[in-house]
Amino acid sequence: MTPRIKKLREESLNAINRISAERALLITEFYKNHLGFGDSVTVQRAKAFRYIMENKHVCINDGELIVGERGPAPKATPTYPEITVHSLQDLDILNTREKVWFRVDDETRKAYEKIIIPFWKGKSNRDRIMDAMSEEWHNAYNAGIYTEFMEQRAPGHTVAGDKIYHKGMLDIIDDIGDSIKSLDFLNDKKAFEKKEELKAMKIAAETIILFASRHSDKLEELAIKEKDEARKAELLKMAQICRNVPANAPKTFHEALQYYWFVHLGVVTELNPWDSFNPGRLDRNLYPFYKREVEAGTLTKEKATEILQSFWIKFNNHPAPPKVGVTALESNTYTDFSLINVGGLLPDGSDAVNELSFIILDVIEEMRLLQPSSMVQLSRKNPDAFIDRAIKIVKTGFGQPSIFNTDAIIQELTRQGKNIIDARNGGASGCVETGAFGTESYILTGYFNLPKILEVTLHNGIDPRTKKQIGLKTGDPATFASFNDLLNAFRKQVEYFIDVKIKGSNIIESIFINHVPTPFLSLIIDDCVAKGMDYISGGARYNTSYIQGVGMGTITDSLTALKKHVFDEPNISLTDFVKALEYNFEKFEDLRFQLVYKTPKYGNDDDNADVHVKEVFEIYFNTIEGHTSPRGANYRVNLLPTTCHVYFGSVMHASPDGRLSGLPVSEGISPVQGADTNGPTAVIKSAAKIDHLRTGGTLLNQKFAPSFFKDDEAIRKVSQLVRSYFRMDGHHIQFNVVDADTLRDAQKHPENYRDLIVRVAGYSDYFNDLGEDLQNEIIVRTAHEGN
Amino acid sequence: MGVVFDIKRFAVHDGPGIRITIFLKGCPLSCWWCHNPESISAAPQKVKKQLKLNGKVYTEEETVGKEVGVSEVMQEVARERIVMEESGGGVTFSGGEPMLQSDFLLDLLMASKKEGYHTSVDTSGLARQEDFEKIIPFTDLFLFDLKIMNEELHKKYTGVSNRKILDNLKFLSDNKKTIRIRIPVVKDVNDSEENISQTIFFLKTLKGIEQVDLLPYHHIGKSKYERFGLKYKMPDQIETSDEEIQAIKSKFENEGFKTKIGG
Repeated sequence: MTPRIKKLREESLNAINRISAERALLITEFYKNHLGFGDSVTVQRAKAFRYIMENKHVCINDGELIVGERGPAPKATPTYPEITVHSLQDLDILNTREKVWFRVDDETRKAYEKIIIPFWKGKSNRDRIMDAMSEEWHNAYNAGIYTEFMEQRAPGHTVAGDKIYHKGMLDIIDDIGDSIKSLDFLNDKKAFEKKEELKAMKIAAETIILFASRHSDKLEELAIKEKDEARKAELLKMAQICRNVPANAPKTFHEALQYYWFVHLGVVTELNPWDSFNPGRLDRNLYPFYKREVEAGTLTKEKATEILQSFWIKFNNHPAPPKVGVTALESNTYTDFSLINVGGLLPDGSDAVNELSFIILDVIEEMRLLQPSSMVQLSRKNPDAFIDRAIKIVKTGFGQPSIFNTDAIIQELTRQGKNIIDARNGGASGCVETGAFGTESYILTGYFNLPKILEVTLHNGIDPRTKKQIGLKTGDPATFASFNDLLNAFRKQVEYFIDVKIKGSNIIESIFINHVPTPFLSLIIDDCVAKGMDYISGGARYNTSYIQGVGMGTITDSLTALKKHVFDEPNISLTDFVKALEYNFEKFEDLRFQLVYKTPKYGNDDDNADVHVKEVFEIYFNTIEGHTSPRGANYRVNLLPTTCHVYFGSVMHASPDGRLSGLPVSEGISPVQGADTNGPTAVIKSAAKIDHLRTGGTLLNQKFAPSFFKDDEAIRKVSQLVRSYFRMDGHHIQFNVVDADTLRDAQKHPENYRDLIVRVAGYSDYFNDLGEDLQNEIIVRTAHEGN
Repeated sequence: MGVVFDIKRFAVHDGPGIRITIFLKGCPLSCWWCHNPESISAAPQKVKKQLKLNGKVYTEEETVGKEVGVSEVMQEVARERIVMEESGGGVTFSGGEPMLQSDFLLDLLMASKKEGYHTSVDTSGLARQEDFEKIIPFTDLFLFDLKIMNEELHKKYTGVSNRKILDNLKFLSDNKKTIRIRIPVVKDVNDSEENISQTIFFLKTLKGIEQVDLLPYHHIGKSKYERFGLKYKMPDQIETSDEEIQAIKSKFENEGFKTKIGG
């Protein structure tokens, strides 16, 4: 690490999270005083974007090579009052809470009190959404049956493809012109709408060029004042880079990264899309620039590394926009989810791993930052040296990179109807979500609490916590004559709640289409320009809406337990079993002993349990697949929790698998915490019984003690374990490499573990920043010792 | 039929790749430091087992060792087929002393080879030579324990002479088998300079030694012994330090043996 990267990294780590009112004030000012008469909503949004980018502070940090901040300074985090307005109380909570606080200074608080809140209160998109939802929707939402992603953030889950490396914004503006020319006002009833959209996109494209040139101006100013000749030359060179990109296609490695970074800032300033945007296949996209320049002698490996490291720091300067309420709980993290993909295949299907892939892995290891997060795509065609190198970084114990099965991802995408080239250009983003990079809008709509639905089923549609009828009356469980009766009732409840959820999501999508189009993002994702359609309205080539199932292990073990103890053996009546759950197993300790120790569990390659994971998957899949959304997206399933398994557990009584009231449910498709006692090969066998190829991503977490990775031979065996799982079509696996004692000590002495990063569930976070319940949960997860 | 007391998946220290290890019950040795006292007696035996839940202790009787047929074992092994194929792993037969159930072992080895699995036999070396002769064609790798070279000390700490063991090792070597030597390094028992050099001297007379595994002794046995009503003879607090193990490793390496700590 060069001294300046070391300094920038330190500064980034030490920077304090703050709420910045800058963006909120600018957008308020725009909507108050600058709305043009007759502008369509999409043109208004483009002009609002321009107003922000014209007026926001240009921040250039000393020594950096890639420039541009989302806020006025590193970790100064903007807000999006048009989406959700933070109340003064929200701001106070953010300012004072123990974990991941965001400092709110007096000036910001005052701006909120005097200007922002009075203007937006009752008029944000969140208000529109909450007003439009049905009573059934609210009942289920409040009970913790599901969460709603778009309640406080915009639907933006997507990743940049390779378009920006071939086209400058001026080229895209030409494309917009061509699109406008080809509009058919005679026959196409939407031609005018399209023209407005294209007009908005053009404004957005011009805006990002303008934003870059403001950086050029500032860099030239700094160059004049700079005493150090080398830095002066560098500043002038960077000024030149910002003149050239994003206006034109990049010519150099440095330009390519700076171009992407402006695009990134555009996307995350226009709105607060979920799972913040990322550059996707970074090694693949940058390699042609790298190769050309290294051959020409204009770039060295060391310089490329330094530019990449500077780029890495930019991501780490950006905590996610602060959330409140349930949305804060479902994703109890303030990192955004920029997941850099390394490896995988080229468009022609050949091995994409190159020299730059290994350089990027070196950068990941050396930078050891939360953001950007990183993953490797592993195809059977990729070399062993590549996966071994990745596992060596995993061994260092900061949870990165996670490992994905390229061959499975491609099959998932082609099953969904993507052409094979677009599929090979895809990957995973956010936590584990499959997408075709640069061509797909794949929006996550919310988590779905499968174990809670069993709880409601066991109470004939009533939520036992509130005694409120929130589901269907599927019958008094005492009347269930067989396990199948129970399963059918569960199926009906799943169908009912999915219907409620999808109805809500369809309305929410329509609200976004009508009120919050995203002309800037639409420039980047094909085929929005060609179709003259916004990203949020179906302009992308492919459109998907995901509902993320949570608690597969808990629901599976619960069904196994009910079948065994109530119907097969039987040891207890269903009515008494339900009573035991309500009593949190008090006076039913022996039952709980039987459940914990004497009942088959998912994760042990035992079909007595695993048959139910398949059943649940079929129910969930068949219920969701086939629905479509207003923008023409297909609803699809994936199985991941972020931190929602903690929230979902907190809204539940004890469950039939022996889990006590309020404790987290299982995460992703991992076994219930501690239930897998047969080693990791049994875990992957069980997990592979789910049909991953019909999902848009699954999450499997395995925890290893550091001692397991002691030498090259041990690392090779972990690689082989991964390859085995992937041969069975497993989608993703990640390793947490820490021992429980270390974590316990970290809980007691957080001050000694400020750098301790753990894999939570599809992403990593500082252990100290996690809630105590989540910390406990991570400690409990089985540590597989390879003794 | 034979008596098996454990089947361990994801075994990564018992030969190449990721393996499944089948533990056969019964052992003619009674090493002071034995980590698996439940493996010594040949018959299934009942023990008390304690399980804790919510502060409450549940005591139950558990039978260690189960009489099983070859097909039952092979069904379990087959579960790991993909992992074995992908990792170049296989099946390991360990114990106890697997050679004590030599007919059963032979059947298992033949069944494994029929499926194309790589096979290892983890042995103390104490068995009839003709039994070794029978399994040789079906065994890809021998994991052969070598404890103490001095016969008297061997008798003291394991209960048996080492003469037959050394003969068998030579026999396997003469039959061109691939052998991995495993040495449990026990402080003040077999870590003396004399024993190490005698071991090296003997190994240098042999062919086919692909690797030497040094297995540092750890205290994990005591409470287990109590459960089985056995007396634990090892004194407390004797563990070999990392430096001592490294020094022994160097000695083997200097003589040209590929050597690993921990296997």
